[in-house]
Amino acid sequence: MKVMSGRRRLWRKSVNAMMLGLAGVFSILVVTPLLWILGFVVREGSPALSLTFFTELPTPVGVPGGGIANALVGSILTVGLGVLIAAPIGVLAGVYAAMHPDTPLGVALRFGTDVISGVPSIVMGIFAYTLIVLPQRHFSAVSGGIVLSFIMVPILIRTTEEMVRLVPNSLRDGALALGAAEWKTSFSVILPAALNGLVTGAMLAIARAAGEAAPMLFTAFGNPFMNLDLREPIATLPHMIFVYASSPYEDWHGKAWATALVLITLVLLLNVTARLLVWWRTRHLGNLG
Amino acid sequence: MDIPAPVDVRPRVAQIGDGTVPVKTEARDLSVFYRDFKAITQVNLPVYAQKITAIIGPSGCGKSTLLRAFNRMNDLVRGSRVEGQLYLDGQPLYDSQVDVVDVRRRIGMVFQRANPFPKSIYDNVAFGPRLYGVGGGSTLDALVEKSLRQAALWDEVKDKLHQSGLSLSGGQQQRLCIARAIAVEPEVILMDEPASALDPISTLRIEELMHDIAKDYTIIIVTHNMQQAARVSDFTGMMMIDDHRAGRLIEFDQTQVIFTNPKDKRTEDYVTGRFG
Amino acid sequence: MLAAAAVLALVLAIALQLWNNSALSRAAFGWAFLVSSKWDPALTETFGALPYILGTLITATIALVGAVPLGLGAAIFVAELAPDWLGRPLGFLAVLLAAVPSVVYGLWGLFAFIPTFVRPTSLLLEKSLGFLPLFRGPVYGPSRLAAGLLLAIMVLPTITAVSRDVLRAIPRSQREAALALGSTRWEMIWGVLLPYGMSGFLGAIILGLGRALGETIAVTMVIGNNLDLSASLLHPGYTMASIIANEFTEATFDLYVHALIEIGLILFVITLLINLAARVLIWRVGRRALAGGRA
Repeated sequence: MKVMSGRRRLWRKSVNAMMLGLAGVFSILVVTPLLWILGFVVREGSPALSLTFFTELPTPVGVPGGGIANALVGSILTVGLGVLIAAPIGVLAGVYAAMHPDTPLGVALRFGTDVISGVPSIVMGIFAYTLIVLPQRHFSAVSGGIVLSFIMVPILIRTTEEMVRLVPNSLRDGALALGAAEWKTSFSVILPAALNGLVTGAMLAIARAAGEAAPMLFTAFGNPFMNLDLREPIATLPHMIFVYASSPYEDWHGKAWATALVLITLVLLLNVTARLLVWWRTRHLGNLG
Repeated sequence: MDIPAPVDVRPRVAQIGDGTVPVKTEARDLSVFYRDFKAITQVNLPVYAQKITAIIGPSGCGKSTLLRAFNRMNDLVRGSRVEGQLYLDGQPLYDSQVDVVDVRRRIGMVFQRANPFPKSIYDNVAFGPRLYGVGGGSTLDALVEKSLRQAALWDEVKDKLHQSGLSLSGGQQQRLCIARAIAVEPEVILMDEPASALDPISTLRIEELMHDIAKDYTIIIVTHNMQQAARVSDFTGMMMIDDHRAGRLIEFDQTQVIFTNPKDKRTEDYVTGRFG
Repeated sequence: MLAAAAVLALVLAIALQLWNNSALSRAAFGWAFLVSSKWDPALTETFGALPYILGTLITATIALVGAVPLGLGAAIFVAELAPDWLGRPLGFLAVLLAAVPSVVYGLWGLFAFIPTFVRPTSLLLEKSLGFLPLFRGPVYGPSRLAAGLLLAIMVLPTITAVSRDVLRAIPRSQREAALALGSTRWEMIWGVLLPYGMSGFLGAIILGLGRALGETIAVTMVIGNNLDLSASLLHPGYTMASIIANEFTEATFDLYVHALIEIGLILFVITLLINLAARVLIWRVGRRALAGGRA
């Protein structure tokens, strides 16, 4: 009969305890940067925050005051434009992917979505540049909105697809059995049922798009003044942070932190709300009537 | 209607034929709770050494819970707790001094659905011994071969030890799991409906091998197949759900007695197929 | 549906545009572009992408070396060890890190992370291991190491989240089998779970790699953007993404622009291949779980 030696037993137990403890330490370490970043952004950014920060235009170096009004408007315009373009395409394609997962088009669609979501945002920027800016010989808010829509489409497709899949088959089949054409079924039956999920997807997509700076470098290009003309270059929040942070001026660094505080608050709020919605929704999964 | 107390079988040895057989492991007043729900209540079950003990009863009566109490697998369920005690060779198993890892080595388990690791056949069987420091080379090879022979699988796999365990048929996979359990040289083997997912021929092979290995190990088998219990076991315990939805051991005796002359009417109804 | 077709058209369009608009550069330099390190827009108008390719690979490697143990370890803790009330919030926070915009990472990296952590660590490395070419000084601030470490933090959520999902997909019966044989928790994780989910974990790592390769803004802000050819990690450097970000709007003549776009093309192809590999690997774990469940 094989008997385990006391030493071996002790060894196994110690290794076990050590490794499990290490895993715990690692998970704390993984969470630490988030808290660290948030802490810094809040600490460095709050001094510069004031009501005027949101309503004024940027001032030249050395001149106190000034704000990010143009960037706020710019971000709203570009992201808004992006959503307008991306939402119909993303939602419709997502519905298609969920309803026809096994057709060649469905498979190709999923493949294509994966590819697009993996494209680095700067490459997207180049693409939009060659497609729009170059022929027009002009940086513009429109090009910024378009590149954001490219980035948002895969997110919308994926969340729509997941949400539609959650809609019980009985609901779908019921409508189809009544003779409704497929696209009509989609609109009147499935979408309302999955609406909650679509909103979630939109929020996540917006949060992502609002934070993108790299593509803006070659499309929207930034603008020190307020601009409401979509055919002109326009400032956006992340781009502004980049410019301020890369500068050698101390007070611009402070403005970068403040802008970052605004941006990160917005993005995190959207993300947390979206995830809470998902969690709440999957808890009440029976209530789709 | 109140259920009468279970048949009390307290003596530590049983008179069987002209010899006495010691108790290897036993449950005393054992109750298992999942949070507030009492799954089994006040079970007193002696398990005699080198004998096969079957636990039968209708679905949901707590047979598996009782079985899993022996190797403390219920511990894995959050919120589970135990009242009463389980003994192995007279030593309590539910005790703060006890090393669970060691309990599980001495009391092995075979599950309802075969669950081999996605490793080679050899590595599946060698997994346990390697944990205990059995080095590679001839010692390990010999141990693997011995375990596979005892599980009646050696001849079928000796030429393909390095193929994946998942490449075997269902019945073969289950015998692989038995070999894997045997490889750590346990004293007791728990079997949770080991053949219920298998075809009749595989089932018979497993029953045969149970007979062959019974002389070296103490076996407790849970089964919903009464004929199997009658074929295979030396002792049988009958469980049922009481009014509070907790499982109870209502009768325990030598298998022959249970199936030909049970003392409890409910047992008689069950084994004659009148219900359940 | 039209929408689906539109999406596919987009993919092709991207590839096409990148290809066409790098034509000049490809014609001028051919495959040598990939291995030449001469980048001289001003005088000789020759371009070579090697330093940037190397820079990208180096920073991505540092990122993975840092992120994989941490991410896997955290995933194991959250999925296997922690009780629900601890595991859910921790998992949530770990993933929330992914929502932080790249530019905010860069800002924090430049003004907080580098001064308080990277710089002291680099000085320490230089002092103790400075004889190795890998750690030769002098230490400024921004460096490849800084970029690599920052990337590690950015990639952590991907690796943690995907690994956690992989662990959750492994059937319970495997865990029970291991524990019933008398293994400790760790032995079960190391001996059964990790091998079982290996292709999934590899997928997670590769997905993380894909993210690290394409990361632009944060890297640009902390890598120093200096065409440094030394092997030292403590020196500033360049990556493919950061040079595009830096020089694109300064590119005054066509060949210059095309060269930069060609770098974009290379980046596109690499990230494409890597993401595909990752998806295939992750898909395989799901299939195995299904197959293994059959008796």
